[in-house]
Amino acid sequence: MTSALPFPSKKDPQKHTPVPVLPPVSRSRASLGLGVMAAQGRFGLQVCVECEAVQYPPRDACLKCLSSELNWQDVSPYGTILAETTIRVSPEPYFRERMPWRMGLVKLNAGPMLNCHLHGEVGRGNNVQMALKLDKAGQGVLIALPLEGSENMQDDPTLRAMSCNPKRRRILISDARAPIALALTEALLKAGASHVFLGEPEAWRAWPERKAFEGRENVSLLPLDATDTSSIAKLSAEIGGKVDILINTASFVRSGGVLGNDTTFARDCFDVNTLGLMRLAQGFGPGMAARAQDGINSATAIVSILSVQSLMPDKNYSAYAASQAAAHSITQSLRAEFRGSGLRLVNVYIGPIEGDPWFQHLPPPKVTPNAVARATVNSLIEGLEEVPCGDIAKDIYARWRADALLLEREITGEAP
Amino acid sequence: MTRQSYEGVVLTAPISVPYVRYTNETAHWWIARALREALIKIKMTPQEIDGLSVSSFTLAPDTPVGLTQHLGISPRWLDTVPMGGACGVAAIRRAARAIQAGDVDVVACVSGDTNRIDSFRNLLSAFSRFAMDATFPYGFGGPNASFALLQDAYMQEFGATREDFGRIAVAQRVNALSNPQAIMKNPLTLEQYMGARMISDPIGLFDCVMPCAGAEAFVMMREETAVAKGLPFARISSTIERTNAFPDDPIQLRGGWAVDIDDLWAMAGHGPEAIDLLQTYDDYPVICMMQFEDLGFCAKGEGPDFVRKHDLTNGGDFPHNTSGGQLSVGQAGAAGGYLGLVEAIRQVTGQAGGTQVENARRALVSGFGVINYDRGLCSSAAIITGETV
Repeated sequence: MTSALPFPSKKDPQKHTPVPVLPPVSRSRASLGLGVMAAQGRFGLQVCVECEAVQYPPRDACLKCLSSELNWQDVSPYGTILAETTIRVSPEPYFRERMPWRMGLVKLNAGPMLNCHLHGEVGRGNNVQMALKLDKAGQGVLIALPLEGSENMQDDPTLRAMSCNPKRRRILISDARAPIALALTEALLKAGASHVFLGEPEAWRAWPERKAFEGRENVSLLPLDATDTSSIAKLSAEIGGKVDILINTASFVRSGGVLGNDTTFARDCFDVNTLGLMRLAQGFGPGMAARAQDGINSATAIVSILSVQSLMPDKNYSAYAASQAAAHSITQSLRAEFRGSGLRLVNVYIGPIEGDPWFQHLPPPKVTPNAVARATVNSLIEGLEEVPCGDIAKDIYARWRADALLLEREITGEAP
Repeated sequence: MTRQSYEGVVLTAPISVPYVRYTNETAHWWIARALREALIKIKMTPQEIDGLSVSSFTLAPDTPVGLTQHLGISPRWLDTVPMGGACGVAAIRRAARAIQAGDVDVVACVSGDTNRIDSFRNLLSAFSRFAMDATFPYGFGGPNASFALLQDAYMQEFGATREDFGRIAVAQRVNALSNPQAIMKNPLTLEQYMGARMISDPIGLFDCVMPCAGAEAFVMMREETAVAKGLPFARISSTIERTNAFPDDPIQLRGGWAVDIDDLWAMAGHGPEAIDLLQTYDDYPVICMMQFEDLGFCAKGEGPDFVRKHDLTNGGDFPHNTSGGQLSVGQAGAAGGYLGLVEAIRQVTGQAGGTQVENARRALVSGFGVINYDRGLCSSAAIITGETV
């Protein structure tokens, strides 16, 4: 049984804020594949194309037949803990701060032996389900989880450090007017978020949906405009020290190709979708990174809601797709820039949203605000980094991963 | 094919440079000290060095090649043995054959490492690719955690208790008190062993070696050379080595000795009963117990009972790790792979001083090394004897 996560005590500004330290960062090239799997929430290892032997630790040639054709693929995550230890002494600062630390050796049913972290509810002799998670260094690591966890299993300190769980955390959603903002707010509160701040751009402009947020417990609407640096600086000065998760929902959509259109709309697309993300990251990111290991409500993630058009050309939304592609590139830079703090950058890729007037004429399937909210909150709880949401985004994302050049030909080859 | 004997090749000039916990000196410095003392013993100048075998973890960025220029020597035969705790026996196997074949006449074998503040953490971080990828991210317990898993499994499988491992550590401390070069100077009781703080359960403080700096050396040559120089010498009667044995065992409950043990005794022409003293590789007592079993002193799983029934001190019925072993002398990196061998040469040539075992004529030395991921990959063993048995 995992005991419920306590409520964090009020921060004492006179006390030292722990400086983020990371678990071991270095990995071989082959082992980076564990992180690729973990970022998507998959459990997979290298499997030999020729003899099908499952390999671990990751390597460059098959341990049974010496073939160098090893593919990363999903494998059965079940196994048994053969031995365990509680480490009480370590020369590595990250673990020294977290002693004692339990780890074990699991015999995976699929073959290999795995050194792994142990969830508090499992121990020697237990049948377990293995998972790949991103640790604070951003690397894929193995953890043994109970087959049937207790109610609070996500509150296990080892598991929680690998997630960006919104429970007991304070979240800033950058644009309350976004079609997904309300569903997201409700999903976050349901998941145990202690407060949801929502940015309200152009507060002077009335919007009927505002009522749904007004007067709600633990929900605040505050002035924030992703295109206005001073509004970001002002809000960051006000609440920056208590933003644990930042979710960027700001988006500006206009349809049309490059030809026959003014660049004014293109500039607006970039101003909101690309530069807006940059401004928010500049305004809130450094403060969040500094608090990335500050106890129960440490800062943990910046979530970027991206259109899946960030991964492909779209001649009907040229400028929008370009601004999304640029934003995608920015998220990758930010991911690298935040790496040293353990602050995670989560990309949720979505297709056209149901009810969004700028995609009104497109046929289904479309993704509902509730589905985006669920996927976003789930990605935070599970500690994912790459999250395609909805049928269209999942389809495009899989095709982009398989062959980006083929995807381009398929998309641009379609009839106008 | 019948193995050729090691006849005509002998081991001389055992040298142990006293260990220190931390040092600013480099591995080069420690190796030079051991080499110099060995050369003085055999009355040779550095320029006359014919062959050199080196084992060290901390020479980087140099290799033993760079070391030759550093030390101003020009050997016609150079070997480097990267087998950690198994390196001593592996070194004599290679050098003996080269001497027999006439490729080289005299081989100085040396092993040493430095230990600066924080260098142990850095050494571990870069120890092996699998350890970097798949061991250290999981709590960074170093070898303590890896052996804790192994001991945990051993205790479950064979019903060993912590007291059983404690008996090994306590007996070695008794031996160490007669060795002025041992780092550990205080007596150790079983109560102290049991009461010490845990390091990585079920490994406690006195199951662990003290990482330190130091060096060990000896010299191999033809028997007639040793006689001409008037040097006491030991002979090699049998050896084995194995790398990555039993890869399909889910967890290491036996080492590579179990593959080759019949070969070891067949070549020696006798069994375990003829052994006067045993030097096992003792990075942790559980590994000593595994060696008692795999070398044939008792059956698999009977290690706990064996240590309950035998006195492992130098005055006892089963003298084991007579210098105090790494558990009491300290672990100077790769020198740990030489410690037991150098002490065994002293024992069978009657030069062991305070730790001398009476009538020590035949010694079995075994090595174990390189936890690359979840288990030690190298095993080795040699039986050496005095001039007359």
